[in-house]
This record gives sequence, structure tokens and C-alpha cells, in this order.
Amino acid sequence: MKLLVCIKQVPDAKDVRLDPVTNTLAREGVDSIMNPYDRHALEEAVAIREQLGGMVSVITMGPPQAEAVLREAIACGADEGVLVSDRAFAGADTWATAYTLAFAAQALGAFDLILCGKQAIDGDTAQVGPGLACRLQIPYVTCVQKTRHVSRDAIEVERMMDDGYDVVRLPLPALLTVVKDINEPRVASLKGKMKAKKATIRQLSAADIGADPLCIGLTGSPTQVVRVFSPEARGDRMMFSGNVQQQVEQLVACLKNHL
Amino acid sequence: MLIIDKEKCSGCGLCEASCAFAAIVVTDDLAVVNEACTLCGACVENCPDDALRIEVAERRIQEGLDEYAGILVFAEYRRGIVAPVSYELLGVGRRLADQRGVQLSVVIAGGDVSRHADSLIASGADIVYLAESPVLEQFHEDVHAAVLAQVIRAQKPEVVLAGATAMGRSVVPYVATVIDAGLTADCTRLEIRESDGMLLQTRPAFGGNIMATIECPHTRPQMATVRPKVMAPAQPDPSRSGSIIRLELAEEILQSRVEVLESVHNTEDQVNIQEMETLVAGGRGLDSEKGFALIRELADELGGAVAASRAAVDSGWIPYPHQVGQTGKTVAPKLYIACGISGAVQHAVGMQSAETIVAINRDQNAPIFNIATYGVVGDLYEVIPELIKRLREVKK
Amino acid sequence: MDYFFTEHQQMIIDTAREITNEKIIPVRAELDEKNEFPKEILQDIAKADLFSIFVPEEYGGFGGGCYEIVLAMEELARGCVGVATSFAASALGIFPVLIAGSDEQKQKYLPDIAAGTRWAAFGLTEANAGSDASGIQTTAVLDGDEWVLNGTKQWITNGGEAQIYTIIALTDPSKGARGASIFVVEDGDPGFSYGKKEDKMGIRSSATRELILKDCRIPKDRLVGKRGTGFITVMKTLDVSRPGIASLGIGLAQAALDEAVVYAKQRVQFGKPIIAFQAVQHMLADMAIQVEAGRALVYAAARHIDAHPKNMSKASSMCKVFATDMAMKVTTDAVQVLGGYGYMKEYPVEKMMRDAKILQIYEGTNQIQRNVIGQELNKEYS
Repeated sequence: MKLLVCIKQVPDAKDVRLDPVTNTLAREGVDSIMNPYDRHALEEAVAIREQLGGMVSVITMGPPQAEAVLREAIACGADEGVLVSDRAFAGADTWATAYTLAFAAQALGAFDLILCGKQAIDGDTAQVGPGLACRLQIPYVTCVQKTRHVSRDAIEVERMMDDGYDVVRLPLPALLTVVKDINEPRVASLKGKMKAKKATIRQLSAADIGADPLCIGLTGSPTQVVRVFSPEARGDRMMFSGNVQQQVEQLVACLKNHL
Repeated sequence: MLIIDKEKCSGCGLCEASCAFAAIVVTDDLAVVNEACTLCGACVENCPDDALRIEVAERRIQEGLDEYAGILVFAEYRRGIVAPVSYELLGVGRRLADQRGVQLSVVIAGGDVSRHADSLIASGADIVYLAESPVLEQFHEDVHAAVLAQVIRAQKPEVVLAGATAMGRSVVPYVATVIDAGLTADCTRLEIRESDGMLLQTRPAFGGNIMATIECPHTRPQMATVRPKVMAPAQPDPSRSGSIIRLELAEEILQSRVEVLESVHNTEDQVNIQEMETLVAGGRGLDSEKGFALIRELADELGGAVAASRAAVDSGWIPYPHQVGQTGKTVAPKLYIACGISGAVQHAVGMQSAETIVAINRDQNAPIFNIATYGVVGDLYEVIPELIKRLREVKK
Repeated sequence: MDYFFTEHQQMIIDTAREITNEKIIPVRAELDEKNEFPKEILQDIAKADLFSIFVPEEYGGFGGGCYEIVLAMEELARGCVGVATSFAASALGIFPVLIAGSDEQKQKYLPDIAAGTRWAAFGLTEANAGSDASGIQTTAVLDGDEWVLNGTKQWITNGGEAQIYTIIALTDPSKGARGASIFVVEDGDPGFSYGKKEDKMGIRSSATRELILKDCRIPKDRLVGKRGTGFITVMKTLDVSRPGIASLGIGLAQAALDEAVVYAKQRVQFGKPIIAFQAVQHMLADMAIQVEAGRALVYAAARHIDAHPKNMSKASSMCKVFATDMAMKVTTDAVQVLGGYGYMKEYPVEKMMRDAKILQIYEGTNQIQRNVIGQELNKEYS
């Protein structure tokens, strides 16, 4: 089984916010982490390899610092890490990212199964997975909550829907995006950490993957961010004062219409 | 790439503060960009000296943009019904179409969907494209995508809208790649720019702590998904007329590589929080799973349901279907009571269109109070029992 | 404070910390309430290779010493002393084999212990042999190629959950303490069964059970070390294991301090967060001083033990007494800082205070430790 997991290094989103006064990002203490959904994709790949044998490769497109998440992935059970990095990739939207990852994946050879997190927490778009499947011309399903059965030529999974779930079967090669319910990611082992420290991370540039310069980075991105701003505050607020009893009394009076 | 004008840069550091990626650092009173730069443009916006600009040597520009006209909505059909988000999309689609002076069309795919055509027209569609096949009764990513791509290729709409639902978020990105178009996910606002007719798509980013406006200047169609319950549904007008066109679907596009073995309708936790008029939500401030017993008691007292913030769901205190926010559901109840929820915008985007918001939090500086209609500062373990007690007295 | 850990030690700390944060803290209250053995967490600990830190490299381990064990246990105890005790008991149970076992015995048991696929337990205590270990009544008689064991062990941590048990039994009852030997008994051996599971005040997720040996027959080669050297091995085992118990006190006290400070910053009374009041500040300061002093002593003792394997009793006992008495004090003070909330099960400090008490009792009561220290002092100054 040749498995590929696409991961992303993201700022820990819960810490990022825009200062509404200066309109600047408050970045203090914001760490870079592996996108949480991707940890579940990785765990699923490692579990499948433990079951069927084979190899788990992890790939990320990002700046040189993104190497850290590849090493983290190796510590958590991946066999090799590939960093797709080039100044020309900067500013890529989901279209250009899917394009780049598809070329990189093809440069690495054929894979039986590609796993991605449902979405990255910095953009929450959930678009790269389906886009990548499209470019690679392989079947896909999104929001997988459980792997029911996997063999060398097919996989049966539960796909989460808004009103329940579907049980679907895909021939391999295929691509899945996973939600957090799918598994409990393991803690990186000591042996894994030592392996990660020594591992050589393979680097691929735009030229290495044979990408069309007009299709990558900001140049290749059909969408453009034209404005960034802080969400608006609501005007009609009323803060009660006094002790708990007094505040609750005022609240109940105001809520009369709702009762 | 990001160009820094050394003459203009005053080394004020606002760019450094505005970068989420630590990609720009002020050294020796001069901004310096490093390899972490993603060209997001946040620093350019914030530079008071106009010292920063992003330069792109060349653009991939699609030919014949002018040939694209009209607004197309991808309606969502499942288990015999049209998802409510489809009517919300028609509402916003109608507004955009009128502004642009173009037609609003809708494509609906399913086993037997012709009976829904009239209600789609009543809700604003000028043209309804029916894609009917037994295969389409179940959700097949590849077949649904092929149908939508076929309509887009033939009709060349300038804007395509779909619901940011499990189906929409799966199919539409695939289609955007097939037809090489730009796509913006989870839009909360859509407007047409008067000067050039460009669609301005606004969405939350960074877990909803920031809003970003996005446009697709060089490709068509401009595609967007819209979260359910964010837009108001169209007011149906049964007197409206429109045309119904049945699509010819080639046999090969109806061959799915994904086999649906079973479709399970959730039976446990039946309550869909999006349908409730009153929600009582708990967050990190509950400190433990047990806090939800109290939340539930209050919800029961008000005839509502229980919702939760991401923090509470991530802590495993309550299952995911209760989650409200950017990565959960968007709700618009009449009354929303947020208990022990700080109100990070990731949560706020999911509930700020509630009619009345009550915030109960011990931190008087919590951002939830900025969007709350009524704010109670105090320990929720003291406030809620008192509130339940008062509500019972009032009922008597 | 910076203790200048090696890269490898820091890796052990980080790994144990991740286990604590991701696997232990989210479920500890539930495990405590349900009296539930943390089997899955021990499997997670095994997957993370933490069971291998105290096993020599030639048997598939990382070859760490007392110091490495202490660092891992401190982090685990920050999450839950019940879970950490279950981990610690497996180490304790296999120490006799590590210290006195034959190469064949080490080959047979240590790789599984390192991989965490089998867990161990230490069977010394009996109803009439607590602080006075020489009061044991379990016997082992050689019958042909087999040893026949009879007796009942009490309050054995990991009882019923472990697969490998080191049992102390009298092979020559007439010789008293010099007539004791150690045997490996495996789960499933004929005549070996488990008695009732105890319902405890604290460390409720750990399993504490009776071991019943009724004409339990085991092969001759299960004798660990020479016949009659059992008590010497037991004393060496406890000398090495006690700093581990001390480190549970450090981790627990640190967790209580963390909870108290966080609470004091957010709890508002008289219009101010209570941390603004000097009465609270001084309590927190004293707690912090004690935790850090305890930590420094435990680390120093662990390093001393790793360097001086023949002269470790006093250091071992001193750190155990200091750190565990300190944990009792600090957890009690943490409950005080949280006031009424601290007394409620909604907040974790209530469990921490209950968990702390056992640390002063097991692996040699703190009174016995003081005896050891006193006797050592007497020897040193003679």
C-alpha cells in the first residue's frame, strides 16, 4: 500500500485575532502547528499501513519552516516527508495549491490512497482535497468519519452528511478527506522522534515538479484577497449591573417577550 | 512578490504586527520579508507609509470573460426534499441577478425532481435545469460534479452559488478545478461592485477571527459557497413564471466510481439545532461535562435545545452535532443564550444573526459581550440556577 | 527552573507531557469516578515507547536510569496519579528481574515490558506484613522441577491487570528474612488467581487487588536470583523505585499549584481577583517554593542513585518523604485556595488531595523512610 498524506502547517487559529482599533493581527504567542484535521488523516494512514503494510509519505506545500510539521508527522509514524517549497508558490489559493500538490504527487510516483484533513483551520475552505482528486483523476469522498474496511484494491468508508452518513465504497486509487471523529491520533513515540530528528526531508521546487509558472502561487490563483477586516460588533447591547440576583431579575424582565 | 520601498518604510513595525506568519520583521528600522510570506496582503493594508506592495509579474488570464452572463444556483436535493439553503441561495441570487440585469437559473439533480421546479421558480429562478436519473437520488460526488460542470460549460454563468453543506463543499471545489475557476468557501456576504460588476465575496478567515473580502478578477464563473442560515430565503411568489429545461445526460457521466452501499439518517440526537427558536449554548467556562446538565435544564425550561462552542465539543463534553460556529453549524434562533462562551469570532459567525443574544460570562471583558443583546457578568453556576428559579416563578 | 536536561531527557518529558495533556487529563475525572483501570492510556503510553525507558538497550529499551523514570512519572502524575501509579507499578514489578534475574529471564520478560505489551506487578505486601515486610507468610516449596507457592498477597497494584508478577515468598521459613526468595508468577499459572478489587479513597483508576496462590505450581527456573536473597533484592528494588514515588508527588503538587494559580487569577471577590490579596499570594508562593525544592531534591537523589548504585538508601528515602509530605500539603492548600469550589468534584483539586494521601503510605510509609534515614545517619557518624 502506498499512502500519501497531505498536511499543512497553520498558525494556531484560536490565538489569531485582528485588533479592531489598529486593524492589525494580534499575533503574540501564536504558534505554528500541524493542522489538527491532518493529524487524523495521518493517524488513519499509519493505521492502514500497520494493517496492510506499505509506506506512508507525507507532503506539505509551504515555506522552509514547514519542514517542522513533516518531522512531526514522521515522529507520529510516517515513513518519509516531502517539502514542496518555492518562493513562486507563495500566495497560492486553493486552486493553485491543488494544482501544485497534484504535480508534486505525480512527481513522487503512484499512490494507492491519498488522505487529507477535511480542511485547514486557517482558511476552513475544505477545497484542496476535492481539487487534488480532480487533478489526479481519482475518485474521492469528503468528511470520512470511519474506515469500515480496506483492502489493496478498494476501501469502504462512512461519509458524514448533514443529516446522517452514507456508507460508500471506492476503488483504489482514491482520495479521502477525514473529520476528527475518524480516530484518536497517537502521541509521537520516542523512537519516532529520534527517527524524525535524523530523517532527510526531500525538497521539491516548482521546477522539480514541472509546474507551469502561470498556474502556481499568487500568479496562478483565480481568487484574490482584496480586503482584510475585523468583524463588526453589535450596537444594541445592554450590560446589566448588580449582584447575580439583580442581574437575573433585569434579564428576566427583558426576556418577557420570549417566554 | 512583496516589494518593500526602502525610501518610504519608516520601520514603524505595524506590518510585523499584522503578519500572521511572522514573515515580515523590522530590523534596523526597515521591514524585511522572509520566506514564510504567503502574499496574503495583510501588511500592505496596514502600512501607513504606503511602503509595501505585492507585485505579480504575470497573471493567468482567461480569454472571453465577457461571454459569461447570468447567475446559476446549485440546488441541493436529498431524501425527497430540497434543502432550505437552496432557497436562501435563490434569495441572494435574485438580488445579484437584478443588480446585474441578468437571469437567475438553478440546477437541481435527483431521481425525480421535476415536482420541485415550481417552488424554485416561485422563489426567484428564471430557468430551472432538471438533471434526473436514479443514480442522482443518492449523492455521488463525481456524477453530481459532472452534471454541474456540464451546465456551467453550456450556460457560461458569471456567478455560481452553492450551499456550504456536506454536498456543496464536496462537489463545488471539484467543479472549480474541472473548469479552472476561482471559488470562495463559506461566504457570509455577497455583493456586486458597481464600477465593474465584480462579485465581492466576504468570508471569515483564521477560524473566523478575521473577515476577508475576495474577488476573482481574471476567471469566470466566479464561484462561491454560502453557509446555510446566513442569507434570508426568498419570499416565494407563486405567480412568477420561468422555464424548465430537462438536461440531456450522457450515459458516461452517470457512471459513478463511488458506490453508495447504505444511507443512514441520524436517529440519535434528532434535534437539529438549526431548526430551534431557542438555544442555550455552553462553552469552555462550564469547566466540565457536568455543566451541560445545567445548560440542558435551562434549555428545557425555555423549550429550546442545547448548543455548544467548539471548545466544549473539542473537550468531548458534548457531541459535534451541537457545535455552533465556523466549523460547526450556523444558527439563527430567536433567542440564543451563551453560557461560559468567550465569543471568539469563530463562534460568533455561527450565531450572530440570532435575534436576541444573552451572554453569561464571568469575564466582563469577554468578546461575547460585544455581540450580546443582554450581558450578565457572573459565574454561570450561580447565574443559571437563579435564572431557572426566576423563570419558574414567572411561569407560576 | 532550568535543570539542563539532555536532549534525550527533554524528549522523554515532552512525550510524557503529550500523553498527559491529550490522553489523561480529558478522562481522569471519569476514570476516578468509575474506578476504571486506564488500559487504553497504558496502551498509548506503550505506543509512545515510555515503558522502554527503564529497560536496558540490549533488551529493546532505551537504557535510562532512575532520573529518566522520575522525569516521565512526574509528567504523568501531573495528569493523574492513578494512571502514573499503574505505570510505576509495572516498573516496580520488573525491577527484581532487572536487578537479580538471569539473562534467560531478562530475555524472556524485558522485551515485552519495554514494548508495553505485558505489564508487571510487585507482590510483597500481605495482611500481616506491611511496614514489617519480614512478617510474610507466603511459602514456596520445591517439588521436583516445580516450585509450589501458597499464600495471599494484599493490595497489589496492577493485580488482575498485569501479566507478570514478582512474588516474594519464604523458601526457608526458619531463617526468617534470610529465607525469602523472589519468583515470577505469570497470569494463567495453575493455582494463581485474583481476589477482591479494593475500593479506594484516591488513585481510583489504579487496580489494587489480592493475589491468591493456592498450590500454585511454576517451573523451577522462575526463581529470581539465588535462593534466600529475596529480601536483599526487595530492598534494592525499593531503593530504586522510591524516587519514582517522590516524582509522583512533584507532578501532583505542580498540577495542584497550576490549578490554584489559574483559579486565583480569575476568581473575583471584593471586586478583585483573589490573587491580588496577599493572603492568597503568600499561600501560592509557599506552594511554589515547596514544589521547586521537592523537585530539586528528587532530581538530585535520582542522579545520585544512577551514579552510586551501592549507596542509595538515604537519598532514596529522603526524597520520598519530602516530596510526598509536600504533595499532601500543597494539594490541601490548593483546595483551600479554591475554597468551596475546591471541595467540589467539578474542580480537579479535590481528586488531587485524595490522590496525595497514598503517596505518604505506599512503597514504605514515610515513618519507615525516616527510620531508614535515621539508621543511615547512625551508621555514618559511627
